[in-house]
Amino acid sequence: MAELTGTVSELRADYLAQTRHKRMLNGILLILFVALMVSGFMIADDRNAGGFWSGLHRLFDFPKEVLSEAAEKASDLPSHLVNFLPSLIETINIAGASTLIGAMLAMVLSLLATHGLAPWPRLIPVFRRVMDIMRAVPEIVIALVLIFVMGGGPLPAMVAIAFHTAGALGKLFSEVNENASLKPLEGLESVGASWAQRMWLGVIPQVAPNYLSYALLRFEINIRASAILGFVGAGGIGYELKNAMSWGQGQYDEAAAIFLLLFFAIIFVDQISSYYRDRLTHGKKEKVTA
Amino acid sequence: MTMTATDTLKIEANALFSRKRMMSFGLPVVVMAYLTYIFFSFDVLGLSTRFDIDNARALVADSYSYKTHVTRDNRSGEVTIAIEGERKGTYEAGVSPDWVSLANSGTVIDLGGGHVVTFGQDNLVSYSIPDYGVILAQPGAGGVRAQLPSGDVPSWINASKNRLTVTTDEGRLTVTRNRTEVFRYFMGWELFFFTLDSPYHGMGFFELAGHAMNGEATAIWHDFWTNKMWRHADVAWAIFETILMAFLGTMGAAIVALPMAFLAAKNFTPLMIVRQATRRLFDFFRGVDALIWTIVLARAFGPGPLTGALAILITDTGSFGKMFSEALENVDQKQIEGIQSTGAKPLQRYRFGVIPQITPVLLSQILYYLESNTRSATIIGAITGGGIGLLLTQAMITQKDWEEVSYYIVLIILMVMAMDWASGWLRRRLISGGSADS
Repeated sequence: MAELTGTVSELRADYLAQTRHKRMLNGILLILFVALMVSGFMIADDRNAGGFWSGLHRLFDFPKEVLSEAAEKASDLPSHLVNFLPSLIETINIAGASTLIGAMLAMVLSLLATHGLAPWPRLIPVFRRVMDIMRAVPEIVIALVLIFVMGGGPLPAMVAIAFHTAGALGKLFSEVNENASLKPLEGLESVGASWAQRMWLGVIPQVAPNYLSYALLRFEINIRASAILGFVGAGGIGYELKNAMSWGQGQYDEAAAIFLLLFFAIIFVDQISSYYRDRLTHGKKEKVTA
Repeated sequence: MTMTATDTLKIEANALFSRKRMMSFGLPVVVMAYLTYIFFSFDVLGLSTRFDIDNARALVADSYSYKTHVTRDNRSGEVTIAIEGERKGTYEAGVSPDWVSLANSGTVIDLGGGHVVTFGQDNLVSYSIPDYGVILAQPGAGGVRAQLPSGDVPSWINASKNRLTVTTDEGRLTVTRNRTEVFRYFMGWELFFFTLDSPYHGMGFFELAGHAMNGEATAIWHDFWTNKMWRHADVAWAIFETILMAFLGTMGAAIVALPMAFLAAKNFTPLMIVRQATRRLFDFFRGVDALIWTIVLARAFGPGPLTGALAILITDTGSFGKMFSEALENVDQKQIEGIQSTGAKPLQRYRFGVIPQITPVLLSQILYYLESNTRSATIIGAITGGGIGLLLTQAMITQKDWEEVSYYIVLIILMVMAMDWASGWLRRRLISGGSADS
């Protein structure tokens, strides 16, 4: 008995020491983190053209200006909304086309980079690195270079976003591919199907719902990206926004209309996409049982 | 009875098949139709007229090579040698690279491959090209007065009264009345390590290492770091600024979103109004895109990294709030009850019953966003004027420093990949390490 209590108290001391050690480590990490955040904000504040505290009271000035001007000319708002609708459609088209093209590229790349599916297993690391690089390139980099070479317009933005999308989706797709059953492939192979046929008929039907769900999520992200790229000269609603902003006061009613359009477009696409993604991941079971 | 059951089964199966057939044929058709519509609405055919082949060529050539200008002012007779024609890359008077010999009688420029340009007396220029002959030009008050070898004028020579341009693989000669200019092309990025005013310019690696051993390491580092052409110190600072924006934005958003997420979770906030209000607030933060936040914030705080960090912070507060509240709704109630049974107060219940459960989800989301926000910070930086994004747009606007543009692009890709790797490493360590600990 005495021995047992001895070990218990030892254990307890041990445990307490361990907890204290852990707590101390966590405390140090927390202090470090807080110090990083505070000093980071101070550096950023220092480097900013205007300071945080001196600008804080002006935070709502601009929204107020825009809103008051929009309210003044409220009767023009519907016509502005109609005027800017085509550029909103262009923005959505950029996102749609780039998601589509990017997803198709990603499909091929991911199949080439998945163990068990790739036709050239030795090249898997190569395709993975290619996807890593494509994923790492911010859209704006390619867009700016392409705008210089082929002028403004939606095409540079589409190519830029599709390039990044191919890399980003390729990685997600190849994770999905890894869970695909190889049995249909064996069956297809036994009847002499080529690699493309095996992939199209054996793998794609298994992974299509997941692909679609990731592609929808990407579409949401790409709408935002295409609006931003418009702002640097690649057409669409971002370009109109930049123009409306650069005219300054007097045109803020147009800016307000564009804000509204963009806001509702993003919310709308988010809702639609999350509804369908939910159905793709959960609703499938209902169908099977029904 | 059984017959009807199989019949309905058969009908169902047929319907399923025809639906599948519709999908497998219809989907590609829809996709093709959409892409065709895009093809025309984006005016892809018009690309051939808009595509600027000269810009593309300049961009590609400049990204891996550079040119050195040898220029003579035809009024004063003064010869200057400058890398990329920039003041920062100008050789001091009387100093020249080994392929240019400066003498009072004339300047001889060896372009390599047997191509030699000579700046003679009285502004006379001669360019001797193997297998073609010697081109002479005498710029003066009457124009350029070029003399070409007999025969047809080849397409790479462009001669008019006031201008002569000769473009060969080795270089390029331009003669006008006021000046004579020769370009020679070299591979690589010029003056990447040291500018011409540094004593270390042109030294090999081992020579430099030798100097560094002799106690000149700080001087060498100083000359490299303050390189006026490539501004290594500024670039390093810009990259730091971009990562700082991403870090502050992501972590700040997580700190703001966590308490708010409790207000949006069904099991912590029974009050429907509060829950809905918080959720709509998250939707608003997310729906007003980072672009709009950037514009609004830049009006108040001016351009800079703080504006970018706050724009990321606000947008991601919406995203994090939504995800965190979903994670909170999936929390196991039993652990909280267990903590409660020991007499813990609500705050302690959250700290020890809830937070440990959602930490892995939170951390993996935060780290994922940290990587993705590094890219966003580059883009926002280009708009709001901070970090490497700003340097990139500045280099683009000049439309000639394409070697710097490609340098920045490489750095951006490396930066994002490094952040990707670091966040993946941290995620593995914190999450699997954390669970192994407890």
